[in-house]
Amino acid sequence: MKIAVVRFPGSNCDQDCLRALTDGLGVRAEYVWHKETSVSGYDAVILPGGFSYGDYLRCGAIATFSPIMRSVVKAANDGLPVFGICNGFQILCETGLLRGALIRNRSLLFLCQPVTLKLENNRTPFTRLSTDGSLFRMPIAHGEGAFYADDQTLTELEEGGQVVFRYVDSEGQATVESNPNGSRNNIAGICNPAGNVLGIMPHPDRSWDARLGSDDGLQLFQSLADTLLSVAA
Amino acid sequence: MTPIVTPELVRQHGLSEEEFERIKTTLGREPNFTELGVFSVMWSEHCSYKNTRRELRKFPTTGPRVLVKAGEENAGVIDIGDGWAVAFKMESHNHPSAVEPFQGAATGVGGIIRDIFTMGARPVFLMNSLRFGPIEGDSETARKNRKLVRGVVAGIAHYGNCIGVPTIGGEVYFDESYNGNPLVNVLCLGILKRAEIARGAASGIGNAVFYVGSETGRDGLAGAAFASRDLTEESKADRPAVQVGDPFRGKLLLEACLELLTSGAVAGIQDMGAAGLTCSTCETASRGGTGVQIDLALVPKRETAMTPYEILLSESQERMLIIVRSGQEERVKEIFEKWDLPYSKIGVVTDDGQMRVLNDGSVEVEIPAKQLADEAPVYQRDVAVPRASDPILATKLPLHDPSDSLLQLLRHPSIASKNWIFRQYDHTVRAGTVVPPGSDAAVFYVREANKFLAATTDCNHLYCSLDPREGAKIAVAEAARNLTCAGATPLAVTDNLNFGNPYRPENFWQLREAVEGLAEACRRFETPVTGGNVSLYNESPLGTIDPTPTVGMVGIVEDERWITRQYFRDAGDAIFLIGAVGDEIGGSMYLKTIYGKKAGRPPRLDYDREFAVQKFVRELIRTGVVKSAHDCSEGGLGVALAEACISGQEKIGASIRLPASHERLDVLLFNESQSRIIISVAGDAAERLRQQPAGARFPVIELGSVGGPKLEIDTGETIFSWSLNQLHETWYSSIALALSQQDL
Repeated sequence: MKIAVVRFPGSNCDQDCLRALTDGLGVRAEYVWHKETSVSGYDAVILPGGFSYGDYLRCGAIATFSPIMRSVVKAANDGLPVFGICNGFQILCETGLLRGALIRNRSLLFLCQPVTLKLENNRTPFTRLSTDGSLFRMPIAHGEGAFYADDQTLTELEEGGQVVFRYVDSEGQATVESNPNGSRNNIAGICNPAGNVLGIMPHPDRSWDARLGSDDGLQLFQSLADTLLSVAA
Repeated sequence: MTPIVTPELVRQHGLSEEEFERIKTTLGREPNFTELGVFSVMWSEHCSYKNTRRELRKFPTTGPRVLVKAGEENAGVIDIGDGWAVAFKMESHNHPSAVEPFQGAATGVGGIIRDIFTMGARPVFLMNSLRFGPIEGDSETARKNRKLVRGVVAGIAHYGNCIGVPTIGGEVYFDESYNGNPLVNVLCLGILKRAEIARGAASGIGNAVFYVGSETGRDGLAGAAFASRDLTEESKADRPAVQVGDPFRGKLLLEACLELLTSGAVAGIQDMGAAGLTCSTCETASRGGTGVQIDLALVPKRETAMTPYEILLSESQERMLIIVRSGQEERVKEIFEKWDLPYSKIGVVTDDGQMRVLNDGSVEVEIPAKQLADEAPVYQRDVAVPRASDPILATKLPLHDPSDSLLQLLRHPSIASKNWIFRQYDHTVRAGTVVPPGSDAAVFYVREANKFLAATTDCNHLYCSLDPREGAKIAVAEAARNLTCAGATPLAVTDNLNFGNPYRPENFWQLREAVEGLAEACRRFETPVTGGNVSLYNESPLGTIDPTPTVGMVGIVEDERWITRQYFRDAGDAIFLIGAVGDEIGGSMYLKTIYGKKAGRPPRLDYDREFAVQKFVRELIRTGVVKSAHDCSEGGLGVALAEACISGQEKIGASIRLPASHERLDVLLFNESQSRIIISVAGDAAERLRQQPAGARFPVIELGSVGGPKLEIDTGETIFSWSLNQLHETWYSSIALALSQQDL
């Protein structure tokens, strides 16, 4: 098993993602430079957070044209697990692998704080070891993390079970107060219809070690590793 | 057309007649216009410390852990064991932030990060110490201050968040003395192997000199000279002297340089910060005992028709000078092309000791590098001792309801929660922040080295304005106390000396007093000063700032289990005060907030008592019984108790019995006597503490217990009670409320 962590110029969670996989989980993971043209040989791809290409133009927009992304999009369409975190989620929306967009936070300010998430779809490769309805504690750190989609898209995402994580309060209720950034329907993470592409704004790569206040994020990487092992078996 | 060097032009460059004479002696001729510019920036206060060098020599700079001393390189380096070391330093960007807060603060962050990776260290965290004028009210000044706060915070967030270095703590103060002249002091710490410290020397005659990073433009022209003047109404016209930061380029440069450093191709590396190309060439040559010759035609530029003067004095950001071992030049090409960054071989290391700059085939600048970089004139400025503030007799002040006073103190933006600010900083990237902003000290797990580091910045400007020597000593003591409360052992200090115009004798007296206070305290605490920064001329038409010798202190927590936070945790835990109840009210936030007085004699520091209190708490933490530890600082015992109740993730109350040992309850609650720490411990440990024989140096006072929905203080004659929600709301929302006002 070998997982790729794509490094774009301006990625800054690449090291955290790699450590979560190698130190946190003990699986093999490698950096793949954005100028590479293929992800073949890898069993899954992580698009880490950061400010790819300085987030100039629009968050994630330029990364879409990076040589490696052509291969990532093709592999995703062929069913390879692809996990976008923060800026990685933004990139997935820009490429069209995921629907909707991430826009400026409601407060218009960058926000770094812990949030509580509720899992609503454990049928993805990244969530299969967790139960629906379980709560996760993770930090967010973004300026443009408000999920937006038009009404029809939103309905389709909801009805298609593509909403994977929602911002909730400690009781598991998706309230206005528990929505840190103004995301529609408190959406924190969505997947594609097939479930093999997941994008989330909060950081499992910063919540895989109890010393950091939470190790809830490790479950996502564990699920991914478990999926890959069961595929290989 | 190159201007002719006239006495008027010399004056405009901030050089005195004597300095000009010295330049002529050094050169053996008159300088040309470009050389005049070069001397003016190198001999500015910012680069040469000409007015403060004699004072800075008073600092203790050596110690068993010091690997790179203050002033030797871009940042000091200390040993943290197991082959690992940390490089850290604090630097100011006060003047740029005053005229252009967003870019001023952003480039301050970029600059200090470059100083750290120049040492070969990977930057792992940032902190900052910020000071602004008051932000409450409708006055024009308050509006301006709010704009400065928003701009500075956004600028720090912009750079730090993008480059991916977490901002894990610091301090923010608000006071009239900073009207028109905010302070932006940024600290960065990086991790490196002790065997891999990079040096900023141009060594190896014949080695190539490379320019790497962003192209040179006209931004930030002579910023170092700008920072060495008072701010005036006309300072806004100096906006071109403020640099523009590009954190994306900064991130690429960081990664490319660290990659190049591990390749073994680098003989020397120096960041182009203040005074840009000028400073980096003459300093590397001076350190190497060599010369450097560069050709301006080879410098990457982003604007056309730039004059030699402009190229040499530009402070464009995200640039480095690298001396490459001969035969290794291909490595530079490979790595910088990989990171899509400009690079250019612009010159060579020579053996003649000259900084020589070629332009269009002819020599434009030829100055002995050592004399330029290290032999700026050094001055002893005059001092004048101001009249001391009269002591304050608390009994003469009308008593204000202590119940309301606590709320007013918690509402004061200097004491109130800084969440509105630190939520805008990414403080969790790099997955190492164990104690985030909002406790006495931040604690960060440096994963690559398997070390827990604690850091804090401290300076009480009220004490310093009333007694700079005592205030500076207390800044060191408080920093050490904060680290102790976090479970850490203090290691070393970086300082940022912020003062007014040194040509005013009373200002220079403040500086000298503060330096001597810092030096003495650092010696006593065995925390050597490993570097820092001096920022003078912090005055505006509204006045001079309070003397602000900010202390950044780094410590190590040797065992993860010792990491301690400031807030109460479990109901039923017993609360103890380690140290005396105290009675010193001079220079306190209480006097300032409730009576509008910045007066009296600030508290005194008793070293022996301070050491004893800190040692006691550190050792107690190591026994594993301490649930929380919080130092008493601004607002005294009252504020410290309230903070211990409301600053954690979950609020929790406390019942306190505080025998009225003083005739005034406000003095009891809000005095700021030093050397006091509030701890909470579980029941069985409490029993042992009760039986602790009272130490000769300090008492151990049982204050009460943790739990309940309110903070209750029973003084024997009065019972004060505040609901947790009231305390929390007052404290938590104050800054956000002030800043949410629309200021068009």
